[in-house]
Amino acid sequence: MARLIVMGGGVAGHTTATFAKKWLGNDHEVVVVTPNANWNWIPSNIWVGVGQMKKEDVVFPLAPVYKKAGIDYRQAKAVSIHPEGKEGSDKQFITIEYTGQGKEGQTEELEYDYLVNATGPKLNFDATPGLGDGNGQIGANTVSVCTADHAVHANSELRRIFEKAKTEKQKILVGTGHGMCTCQGAAFEYIFNIEHEARKAGVRDNLEFKWISNEAFLGDFGMGGLHMKVGGYVVSSKLFAESLYAERGVDWILGAHVNKVEEGKVHYEQLDGTMGEEEFDFAMLIPPFAGVGLKAYAKDGSDITDTIFAANGFMKVDADYTPKPYEEWKASDWPRKYQNPTYSNMFAAGIAFAPPHLISKPAKSPNGTPINPTPPRTGMPSGIIGKAVAHSVCDMIKNGENAHIHEISMAEMGAACVASAGKGVFDGTAAAMTVYPVVPDFEKYPGTGRDTDYTFGEIGLAGHWIKHILHYLFIYKAKLKPGWTLIPE
Amino acid sequence: MKEEEVNFGKSDKFNLTMIPGKFARFLRTCVIWQFIRFLIINVKMIIVVGKSH
Repeated sequence: MARLIVMGGGVAGHTTATFAKKWLGNDHEVVVVTPNANWNWIPSNIWVGVGQMKKEDVVFPLAPVYKKAGIDYRQAKAVSIHPEGKEGSDKQFITIEYTGQGKEGQTEELEYDYLVNATGPKLNFDATPGLGDGNGQIGANTVSVCTADHAVHANSELRRIFEKAKTEKQKILVGTGHGMCTCQGAAFEYIFNIEHEARKAGVRDNLEFKWISNEAFLGDFGMGGLHMKVGGYVVSSKLFAESLYAERGVDWILGAHVNKVEEGKVHYEQLDGTMGEEEFDFAMLIPPFAGVGLKAYAKDGSDITDTIFAANGFMKVDADYTPKPYEEWKASDWPRKYQNPTYSNMFAAGIAFAPPHLISKPAKSPNGTPINPTPPRTGMPSGIIGKAVAHSVCDMIKNGENAHIHEISMAEMGAACVASAGKGVFDGTAAAMTVYPVVPDFEKYPGTGRDTDYTFGEIGLAGHWIKHILHYLFIYKAKLKPGWTLIPE
Repeated sequence: MKEEEVNFGKSDKFNLTMIPGKFARFLRTCVIWQFIRFLIINVKMIIVVGKSH
């Protein structure tokens, strides 16, 4: 009997574990190690953050689902990887520290035959002074919608602002809290959902909205923007994003690295080197992501973290990490197998794998500060990669080390993305987009880097319906209810 | 002043963009039109999802 350990229970980890268990059956063991008691459909946190959903609508307990699936669930955080075993034993293992199940604080060694790192990101609030509390958590100056609990708090603060806005002007600031953030889409959704709710609450006229982002242009989204066919034209996402911001009266600051947050004020540096300040009454700033801080040790106890992980803490896989200028970046730099090059029984899925480089064009201020979005690896790509990794591990378990490794590159994979701009069955809107491929391939598609027959976007009520249906569909799938495998990632 | 023209005057940035007019805004929440778009968008997304698996 082989044992697969999946570290992480988010979109990528949950997908890997559940498919692996389904395909392996009871002949082999699947263990999930995650510090969380609940699974969270993160895209709907936006609606929790504006009071349109409750926390209970976007989370469910993992334990009963894993019990039903026959998956060994450990509510614990992974601390270190020992891919060569330890003195006196060749058996590979990880160390974990429990965060629940009545064993809080206890540590344990878990042996494995195959290991999948799907730990997702560490929300690195402390990368920006004042954004974090100095202990790795969000500070008191801003709110966040990165977790369901954060979103609940964000909504309570927002309601306070709406109450004040009945009698006085208030300023809302939403965007990225550092020059190296990703996930601009979540901030995009949040600012337009707040604006939508403000109109419904009758306080829009007393609210000033401002967007602050590390993107060089609106509509970059960490993907270098996209081009789509509309009305007989092929146009940049920049035009559509600017149009939406102008239509909804949301002003913007771009190419901004927020370098300090105080109560009611952010300080930032822009790509042209200028420094600025922006005051606010309510701010939601996305933190930068980093690896979760896993350590790795060789058999003799020496630290091999740098061998397995990139400097940002994400796991090295079969990507081309050779530093090269933007002009020499290729689609083929991106990984296909998500397999660690040093230890072939180790994989990374979702945000946990180290991308070879940015997707957006890199940029620095004259002061040398890098200000550019980092590549998104969330949502549909996370699920697809998680499933491909599950395939590979199952084949290796069943057919041996030389089994076929499943391949899927983000440069050959599309993504469907629905960004809410306001919730409502008849007055809601969302930007429904597909992009193909996620990572542009300028050798295959020399013009825009993408196939414009399969890259499109439009704003409307239909997009909202789709996002709302996806909410129920993916929670249904994640609960492993009948037919769950028929729902694509 | 037409509703779509109000924001053009609010900032130079807004002035250099395109803002949808009354008919385009109506279509965005017109249930019949959006149901048709819902079907079309779903087909397009299924094609992209299919190409990605």
